[in-house]
Amino acid sequence: MTRRLITGNAAAAWGARLAKVDYIPAFPITPQTEIIETLSVWLDQQEMGGRLVMLESEHSMITAAGAAAATGVRVFTATSSQGLLYGTEMIYTVAGWRVPLVMVNVSRGLASPITLEPDHNDILSVRDSGFLQIHCATCQEVLDSVLLAYRLAEHHEVRLPVIVNQDGFYLSFTREPVDIPDAELASRFVGDFDCENIYFRASAPESHAVVVLGGSPYSYFRYENHLAALEALRVYDELAREFAELFGRHYQALETYRMEDAELVFFMLGCFATKAKHAVDRLRSAGWKIGLLRPRLFRPFPEAAIRVALRGKQGVAVIDQNLSMGKGGVLHAELASVLYGHADAPPMLVSFVGGLGGRDISAEEFFEMAGVLMRAVDERCAPPPRLLYTEDELREVRKLQAIAHVERLAGEQHI
Amino acid sequence: MTETLFKRMRDLPSAHLLGAGTPMCAGCGGLQALHEIYDVLGGNTVFVNAAGCMTLLSVYPFTPFRGSWLYTAMASAPAGAQGVRDALDILLEQKRIQPEDDLETVVLTGDGAAYGMGLSATSAAIERNLSFLYLCYDNEGYGNTGQQYSGATPHAAATATSKGRMGYVGYKKDLFGIWAAHRPAYVATVIGAEPLDLARKIETAKNLKGPRLILALAPCPTGWGFDPQQSIEIGKLAVRTGIWPLKEYIDGHVIHTKIPKPREPAEVYLKTQGRFAHLFAPKRNEAALEEIQQRIDVYWEGIA
Repeated sequence: MTRRLITGNAAAAWGARLAKVDYIPAFPITPQTEIIETLSVWLDQQEMGGRLVMLESEHSMITAAGAAAATGVRVFTATSSQGLLYGTEMIYTVAGWRVPLVMVNVSRGLASPITLEPDHNDILSVRDSGFLQIHCATCQEVLDSVLLAYRLAEHHEVRLPVIVNQDGFYLSFTREPVDIPDAELASRFVGDFDCENIYFRASAPESHAVVVLGGSPYSYFRYENHLAALEALRVYDELAREFAELFGRHYQALETYRMEDAELVFFMLGCFATKAKHAVDRLRSAGWKIGLLRPRLFRPFPEAAIRVALRGKQGVAVIDQNLSMGKGGVLHAELASVLYGHADAPPMLVSFVGGLGGRDISAEEFFEMAGVLMRAVDERCAPPPRLLYTEDELREVRKLQAIAHVERLAGEQHI
Repeated sequence: MTETLFKRMRDLPSAHLLGAGTPMCAGCGGLQALHEIYDVLGGNTVFVNAAGCMTLLSVYPFTPFRGSWLYTAMASAPAGAQGVRDALDILLEQKRIQPEDDLETVVLTGDGAAYGMGLSATSAAIERNLSFLYLCYDNEGYGNTGQQYSGATPHAAATATSKGRMGYVGYKKDLFGIWAAHRPAYVATVIGAEPLDLARKIETAKNLKGPRLILALAPCPTGWGFDPQQSIEIGKLAVRTGIWPLKEYIDGHVIHTKIPKPREPAEVYLKTQGRFAHLFAPKRNEAALEEIQQRIDVYWEGIA
């Protein structure tokens, strides 16, 4: 094991290298590109085996990834944002092929307006696809999750592709100290690729992914996919324990932080949870009984663990770095469906949307959210979902609008 | 190159490999071509299918193929072939499979994907010099959804979305030319109604490496409006009128493999199909007929 200061993108590449992947269909997109560039250099310098091929789109890239996995090799790929959307037809398709590949998504906001900076609308857009999802909060977790993802994807009871998600910029381009596992130990954990009964060979002709006629066979295969995804909950727990024994880092499906006697809880995905933990510490110092829950596994959703962790709590502030237009935060709705009708569930959920397109969530805003939650608990009345935005920000946008207006007028006068 | 095994009709394979009883329409020219192609290619193949009529060949739990099959999507079958070919190469390199378990990777696509949505993936697979066969059955429209016009539709043809007096106002895209401009290992046009010419071309393609593209005109009874029993005759007329030139591109040269002499008038072909009926009744559209004939004549100038 060596400890190095590396970015989330380098950590993802290390994960693929240590998993000894055979095949890497690739396509560049900011902020993911560093992953495939890093792997390409290692391949050229023969620091790792395998083959990287540049496709002409993410749609083709995911097709090639699925087809190669269906032929019987270990596949890694990566994308982000618009790329994930462009390939979404194949995300759904390949999940139905039940091929165990791993893809890293570097979360970035979606057009329009177009931006390079992060939020979670991209990854949540493939929520229902059949790909499992592991959401990371640190660069170390990115590397380790890639290794875990291969075990999970290739597990006999699961056989589904997995997306490992990391936040663009905040993780992808941020160097953190990362323990790079010993190659042999990593190899022992991940194991050799076993394609099981999915392959193409001249001696064993196979028709894969054929049409079905009618709702009955269709439903059957869709239910199978869903049940396999649910099975992944149990499998993940086993694998996380095994990983902890070998590497000393235990990644539970649901991360809990200072939850023991907490009455109020922050609930969120991804690396902004690190900021939330800091806010929890400061609120705790000020006498607040508050903790944090972060689902690391988002598909399958660790519902039972969430119910247990929230049993008897007073209220939850759900912080969504995504926006479902005309509804609100996706995670808020997901959590409500997990808790509704269960005894001892927290009586209060308050929805906050923030951190879109790379916008920060400041410590003060976490304190404010805790305050809003506390009042809602006291008044037994959920306030309307809040879209985080400050007066300063609004002033800055008004300035931009004023400039745009002046520029347009100047242009018109010029004509 | 070795001499052809297919000198006469009786040299064509007598064992037919593709199973019967598929849901293709009666008289499907695409299925006819596929039967003939498959007989030459054999079962050591994996067909990577793009969404189109032939998606319905393999319906769970049946398949007419002796070999393997993977359904992908409409736009990206060549990328599927890339993944399969690369994976097989990796497995062979690492001796994880035996050489006799290797497969020829074959894309099967309709013109809807080949001329439009799938063109980017096809172009890129040729760029990467992927060793694969690409079979396009061209029924000159989005046939599986009821024959709407596509980039493959010929000028003046009536389709479900060009039912006006003029039919389709655009002109059929020169896909052969687009493919040849990439300088792949092989490009050929074929038609099921000329099985000897077809078999020789598949034989040539089979013995080459790299991208090899086969474009089969697929007379379509339901989409073109003719009785299924006319399918072969219409295919022959397409060649005899010069509307469907049989040719191949190899080593940088285009060779016409069957030159119609003398060429029959285009009308003879057009009259057989409901999609061109508006050119003849209630009143002959002389201008359109002349234009169609003239374009054919210009094509053949200097060739024959």
